[in-house]
Amino acid sequence: MRTSECCDIVVAGVGGQGVILLSNIIGKAAVKEGSPVRAAETHGMAQRGGSVITHIRLGCKFGPLVPVGGADILLGLEPAEALRYAHYLSKGGIALVNTNPVLPSTVTTGRAKYPPLDEILAPLRRICSDVKTLDATKLAANAGNPQAMNVVMLGALSKYMPLREEIVIESLRESVPAKFLEVNRRAFELGKIEME
Amino acid sequence: MKEYLLGNAAIARGILEAGAGVVTSYPGTPASEIVESLAPVSKEYNLHIEWSVNEKVALEVAIGASWTGVRSAAVMKHVGLNVAADPFMTLAYTGVKGGLVVISSDDPFCHSSQNEQDSRRYALFACIPCLDPADPQEAKDMTVYAFELSEELELPVLLRPTTRVSHARADVDVGKGKTKKSTTSHEFVKNPARWVALPAHARTRHSVLIEKQDAINAALENSPWNRLVLRGELGVIASGISGLYAEEAIERLESDVSILRIGTFPPPDDLCAEFFKHVSKVLIIEELEPVLEEYVERAAREHNPELEILGKNTGHIPRDGELDSLIARNAIADMLELTHTMEEPQSMTEADEILPPRPPALCPGCSHRAAYYAMKQVFGTDAVFPSDIGCYTLAVDMGTVDTCLCMGASINLASGIRFGGEDKDICCSIGDSTFLHNGMPGLLNAVYNNAKITVTILDNLTTAMTGHQPHPGTGVTATGDKTKSVSIEALANVLGADFVETVDPYDLNATLETFRKAKECQGLSVVIAKQACITNAIRAGVRRKPFRVNDNCVGCRECVDFGCPAIEFHEDRARINSLCTGCGVCAQICPSEAIEEVVNVK
Ligand code: SF4
Ligand code: SF4
Repeated sequence: MRTSECCDIVVAGVGGQGVILLSNIIGKAAVKEGSPVRAAETHGMAQRGGSVITHIRLGCKFGPLVPVGGADILLGLEPAEALRYAHYLSKGGIALVNTNPVLPSTVTTGRAKYPPLDEILAPLRRICSDVKTLDATKLAANAGNPQAMNVVMLGALSKYMPLREEIVIESLRESVPAKFLEVNRRAFELGKIEME
Repeated sequence: MKEYLLGNAAIARGILEAGAGVVTSYPGTPASEIVESLAPVSKEYNLHIEWSVNEKVALEVAIGASWTGVRSAAVMKHVGLNVAADPFMTLAYTGVKGGLVVISSDDPFCHSSQNEQDSRRYALFACIPCLDPADPQEAKDMTVYAFELSEELELPVLLRPTTRVSHARADVDVGKGKTKKSTTSHEFVKNPARWVALPAHARTRHSVLIEKQDAINAALENSPWNRLVLRGELGVIASGISGLYAEEAIERLESDVSILRIGTFPPPDDLCAEFFKHVSKVLIIEELEPVLEEYVERAAREHNPELEILGKNTGHIPRDGELDSLIARNAIADMLELTHTMEEPQSMTEADEILPPRPPALCPGCSHRAAYYAMKQVFGTDAVFPSDIGCYTLAVDMGTVDTCLCMGASINLASGIRFGGEDKDICCSIGDSTFLHNGMPGLLNAVYNNAKITVTILDNLTTAMTGHQPHPGTGVTATGDKTKSVSIEALANVLGADFVETVDPYDLNATLETFRKAKECQGLSVVIAKQACITNAIRAGVRRKPFRVNDNCVGCRECVDFGCPAIEFHEDRARINSLCTGCGVCAQICPSEAIEEVVNVK
């Protein structure tokens, strides 16, 4: 990871998992740090339950798209989506993957098969020597709400991105409704601890 | 002060900073968030914002405002500019009074669009200036500049962001902040020679427009949006966001390539001439059409006929799709003949082989799915189903979307297919917002010319696909204020349809019955399938009890084939997951009474 100057992150997931909220928390934290940041997100037609990707470039002054083969961190909110966008990973990059699958309708209606987790992780491990997995959905449920899965992943990510934890938490606090803050704080901690 | 802003929100800040008084728009990805960002503050800034019924209307309202002397903007996606092209072209002749900025957001790679057209061509076509921002900061700053330039030249100015500018986020220096529109009244001063485009006036105004070209060139030549860095004798010229891709590529390659970043069209002649004299070979990097490339080919003939020009025409830059810094890097490396630094992504064939596709789909409980299901039951798979633009286009797998061309085309395609000689049943579908946008003339035309077709208006009481904006049928304005609500049923009647009936698609039997009557109708029939978009309804607090599958299930898959994402097939039985929104349609489809409402929900 290029902690000093630039850190390119790709967040992959499914529409409805809170990919954009998660990316915005990171982006706002970067602005609080006074560091330049660029991000790109998916709106409109692609969102309805489809696969979703956002790019976040910390310390970057160029375009918002992480070049293919250039991501320092791949944050996969869903295992199949992590593999779908794995080509964004750079050679020395790391992948943080939520192991809890969300089955696409092509699978639930029996038109396609969802591969076993091992088969998803094997090719990922072949191109990335540092794949870290966690059941973020379960951890979020433990924290009080499975919907907070994205914040569990944020907690995990906080160990690897070049932003101070207290700033990330401040940004989290400003981005979620006050009544959900406690659950989200716990979710963040659980994700972080999982990486220790 | 810096804020983390979406490109479209940054453009909205620019509009406020410029002190605009009227902003009009029809929603369209990737442009919708501009007006949405203005809505919460519009009153405070004495700014009239509106969702207009279509882009032509939007631009004409903005023009009227400008002719009173107020600054105005018309906002749309690229294909919206086709709809607004009629006023757009003649506006260049009449010119403006208050600064008028047309914002047309392009969509390379068709992320959310039916084509990849290039709005810069429109600006050249109309002979007006075009600004091509590279990022959210520039988008905001250029917006302010565009108003000033428009007023100075008395011409409209086109601002052309792309998806990766409109939907990028960045730290943006919000700078000077906001200016309120002055409250002194603006008035329309009569001036037929300007505002009445009679042939005699138009001829004069065309000469005026041609004479203004030098002033346009001079203004843009001195603007801060074109940047020249002279280094080695190999060079890159790049437009808008491609300039950032090129700069990143040059830095990563640690090369001494010279670069000229272009942010204005027409491009700056003198700066370009200086560049052409310095370099022997140049690579043009731009998305969409080779607009810059064609300019360079023309201009280089005069200043450096020996110049070798690489770009889309030589296959160095892809002709379609969107670019990124890797594409720029490989193209530059190729120009430098540095084959060893060309980078191919790591091979990931498994992803394609083992991963199930995850296409976007209609939401669980979406009323469009229910309406389409009934339509197909009644008309059969043989009928012809022209469709239109909206969430419902996602139902292409259901077999009820046979065409999608442009906003409002469904009814006209249906008429044309009938007049072409097709004698099968024809049942087209169009959303409520799309019908009001451009579908009404089509219905009138079909009635007038006796097209025997069925028109289904999928009325979910919102403009769903672009983010649930209101429209004239909703009784709410862009600022959330109450207004008159137009009845689509009354419109269909008054336009002359022979049969008009409104039905709730969640009531399957009633919907089947209505479609049967429409099919039997000897003339033109209209079915209005009316039920609120479920996503919007849930946001508004509507809660229905979910459904579940009981032991009666025989595994016939009838409900699974309906395609609701909440229905799964597991171990030879259907099952309903937590995504269920309780529309109840699957329970009416199930032939075995195996789907029932969950009575005691926690
Ligand atoms: S947003 Fe509304 S209209 Fe669009 S797919 Fe979902 S329920 Fe249907
Ligand atoms: S009731 Fe049936 S069709 Fe409607 S949302 Fe629930 S599972 Fe889907």
